[in-house]
Amino acid sequence: MSTSYPNRPARGGRLPALAAVTALLVGLAIVFAFFVAPEDADQGISQRIFYFHVPIALTAYACFGWAAFKALLLLWRKEERYDLESYVAVHQGTIFGALTLATGSIWAKASWGHWWLWSENQLVLFLVLFLFYSAYFMLRFSIEEGPRRANISAVYALFGVVLVPVSFLAIRLAENVIHPTVFTRDGPQMTGTMFLAFCVAWVAITLLAYTLYRVELAGKRLDANLRELREALTT
Amino acid sequence: MSSGEKYVAAAYGVVFLVVLAYVVIIAAKLARLERETAELAELARARSAPSTSNG
Repeated sequence: MSTSYPNRPARGGRLPALAAVTALLVGLAIVFAFFVAPEDADQGISQRIFYFHVPIALTAYACFGWAAFKALLLLWRKEERYDLESYVAVHQGTIFGALTLATGSIWAKASWGHWWLWSENQLVLFLVLFLFYSAYFMLRFSIEEGPRRANISAVYALFGVVLVPVSFLAIRLAENVIHPTVFTRDGPQMTGTMFLAFCVAWVAITLLAYTLYRVELAGKRLDANLRELREALTT
Repeated sequence: MSSGEKYVAAAYGVVFLVVLAYVVIIAAKLARLERETAELAELARARSAPSTSNG
């Protein structure tokens, strides 16, 4: 594996269109969450946090899964581009993980009267998942750039993804459930309009994460190509 | 504004601020890359100038 990105263009041609569609969808998701979906009879207006909180959490899981997939490809095919893709996916997952914790904490305060409950396994497990992936950056940047760093980062990203189903199932398996379980074996426990608003928000947040992933990836590839060009011009 | 409305505004505000901060960071990085590209173009022009004048 080389440490540069030879002949790999920083693809960003379709990014403005993608960003425009994302902005439109996020706007639509806000309209659905506030003006289309009815107010929850039990929680009132604070339930509207659900329309962004849950899609953000699902997107964080998806980012960590994507990072693990790219890490697997790196270990299998030994192509360095997968290292960058895995790293950017972990970065996105960590951002969305932080947003999950922040929005969840605000919703918890509004609904339960507490910012955080250490007795709730599902909350603590998500925090563990978040801290695990936060430590990824400490590990990655403590190793010199090159194949060794790429391989160790990939193995770490692969190990971390095991925590995703544990965190996801904890919400369903926890005995003392305060955290609501909206999606059960009987389907979504909400009205059709609420579910539609949730689906629109889910698509919008997933597309937002994908757009940010592509923007960051394009920037990092451009950075690497420029570094290579500088080395070529100055030697 | 009720307390429920304040919490909803805070939750959506946090998401908005984080995305905004991300966009600002990316914009700053893009500006740096633009500067570097201009420097490299200048360097390439300087390197090719003597060979052009000789040829």
